[in-house]
Amino acid sequence: MFWQQLVNGLTLGSTYSLVALGYTLIMGVLNIINMAHGEVFMFGAFVGLFLVNYLKVNIFVAMAGAMAASALLGILLEMLALRPLRRRAVSDLAPLISTIGVSIFLENLALKIFGPQSQAFPAGALSGVQLQLGPIRITLVQIVILGISFGLMFVLRFWLSKTRVGKAIRTTAESIETANLLGINTNKIILLTVALASALGGIAGVLVGLSINAVEPTMGLSMGLKGLAVLILGGMGNITGAMLGGLILGIAEVFTVAYGASSYRDAVAFGIIILILFIRPQGLFGKRQGGRF
Amino acid sequence: MKKGLTKWLTGMMIGTLLLTTAGCGGGSAPAANSESEGAGAAKIGVVAYLSGGGAAYGQSQKEGLDLAKDEINALGKVKIDLVYEDSRGNNTEAINAVNKLINKDNVVALIGPTLSGEMFASGPIANQSEVPIMGTSTTAEGITDIGEFVFRNALPESSAVPQAVKMAVQKYNLKKVAMMYSSNNDWAVSGYKTMAQALKDNGVEVLATETFADKDTDFSAQLTKISSLKPDAIMVSSLYQEAALVLKKAREIGITVPFVGTNGFNSPELIKIAGQAADDAIVASPWYPGKENEKITKFVTDYKAKYNKIPDQFAAQSYDALYIYASALEKAGSSTDRAKLRDSLATIKDFQGVTGKFAFDEKRNPLMDATVLIVKDGQFTELK
Repeated sequence: MFWQQLVNGLTLGSTYSLVALGYTLIMGVLNIINMAHGEVFMFGAFVGLFLVNYLKVNIFVAMAGAMAASALLGILLEMLALRPLRRRAVSDLAPLISTIGVSIFLENLALKIFGPQSQAFPAGALSGVQLQLGPIRITLVQIVILGISFGLMFVLRFWLSKTRVGKAIRTTAESIETANLLGINTNKIILLTVALASALGGIAGVLVGLSINAVEPTMGLSMGLKGLAVLILGGMGNITGAMLGGLILGIAEVFTVAYGASSYRDAVAFGIIILILFIRPQGLFGKRQGGRF
Repeated sequence: MKKGLTKWLTGMMIGTLLLTTAGCGGGSAPAANSESEGAGAAKIGVVAYLSGGGAAYGQSQKEGLDLAKDEINALGKVKIDLVYEDSRGNNTEAINAVNKLINKDNVVALIGPTLSGEMFASGPIANQSEVPIMGTSTTAEGITDIGEFVFRNALPESSAVPQAVKMAVQKYNLKKVAMMYSSNNDWAVSGYKTMAQALKDNGVEVLATETFADKDTDFSAQLTKISSLKPDAIMVSSLYQEAALVLKKAREIGITVPFVGTNGFNSPELIKIAGQAADDAIVASPWYPGKENEKITKFVTDYKAKYNKIPDQFAAQSYDALYIYASALEKAGSSTDRAKLRDSLATIKDFQGVTGKFAFDEKRNPLMDATVLIVKDGQFTELK
């Protein structure tokens, strides 16, 4: 049972990581917590569901479609809810509140458009297929989730540290003013970051929707909260931290249920987070000052 | 310091507000709305879970009520007007809704709220204001202990669940089972307790009890643990959304034993979400759309024509509830007198509804039979 529970923990954790990656990107560059990320995630899941159910496309095409739609949503979010606040010298909390507004708006919009019932991907759309490896039973979706989240982590790390655009993003993350002085079009870089983070949210939505096989308008909230916890656990804005933080949270939750009592699942999981933060207040991989990613 | 002060102030202001509204509840009860008296229509307030996570339940209830209202008004013996308020599944919202319906809309009676927890919060207010309130889906223990004005036509778990458990134990010769329930839902916890008691009465051993929360989506850890204990059956007390995901995950990891559920299993949505995985799910229900009965067939046909789906238990019980009110209103002979309506409601018996023959007992709980159902090939069928 131990190995099966470990796999359960890893796959649950990797969905948390995938959600946390989106928070992390925006946190790293803009230094704000995007409270609407959970809802972007939910919208991505619905777009994927729509593409599979009504346009009968391949599941991987649906993932690409969900990424594109979510990126578009991210661009709107940046232009309507974040950029206007950046131009004026407003409180640091203002973007947080405006993204909360966006999240409430999106959730209710989804309730209106898609209805409150949870919907499932059709059988055969990647879900349902499972493999037996010794004592372990793992579904194809779980393998894809693990693969995509680790893959994305490495691609993101490489892209940010080696490419020109990545360097521009890191410069912007250090200081928007300085980046401007250096001739970087920071508005464009920020827009790109938010779109990228939202696209990650979108694909996470489809994958999580596939894995639990239920997509519904309030799914963003609980996932969003877990993502936030992981963001802080991993060290605000650190990609490796987000990845490992998610896995730790997932494994902690599953093992509490497996070897303890299921009612203490969240208590133990979040207790561990508090404990880690006592020892490393900056999070697992966070640095005390500056130098993100 | 400054923050502390602000908190205090806000707290006091909210406290004062609550006190004022509660005060209103007692005073203005007899006041009648002259407008509705003129039209002769009885105004009934409905508090339902219409938006948020459980909006599907409230939506079904609204559909059942709307259908019943149109039929009753077309018959013309009594006229009924429905005023809806959304409780969003939240106890505070339910209290606000009940206060508004009683004091501002001057309703003669109330239907709802959807959840037992909401009823425990808002029922006392209706009772104090002496307005009859009838729950159509509040199945938890102790609902009608709130007071003389609280009724329900929802079959309490204490009567339905033991029937399902007993039938399953006999049919499948159950010796040892595992239990799962949603620990943050009053109603699910109450259902779990009833189930545990019924298992004890039938001499069945419980191997493990696992919990989860409403809106949880990952049950792999609990089910992997249960799977290793090899139970004869799994008992689940939760709403259908979680129940369906539990079933799906269980079948996915190779658990093939039957599942016995509380009322949450009792919805076509369970089958819609879980698909093949819903097979061998057992539940006791006052509502079975497949029963051969003229009244039920007509209801199902009309409902299907209007909403393009099969009515679930939430719709059926709300449909019956409004008919029960209508017959009580007819007997009371007044569309505004709340006390008279309560008294005539309490005497309802031999009422023939779509959920079967119905009467209130002395504690204002329903006296009715349940049918034990099992899912086979994606359909609820009678377990015989």
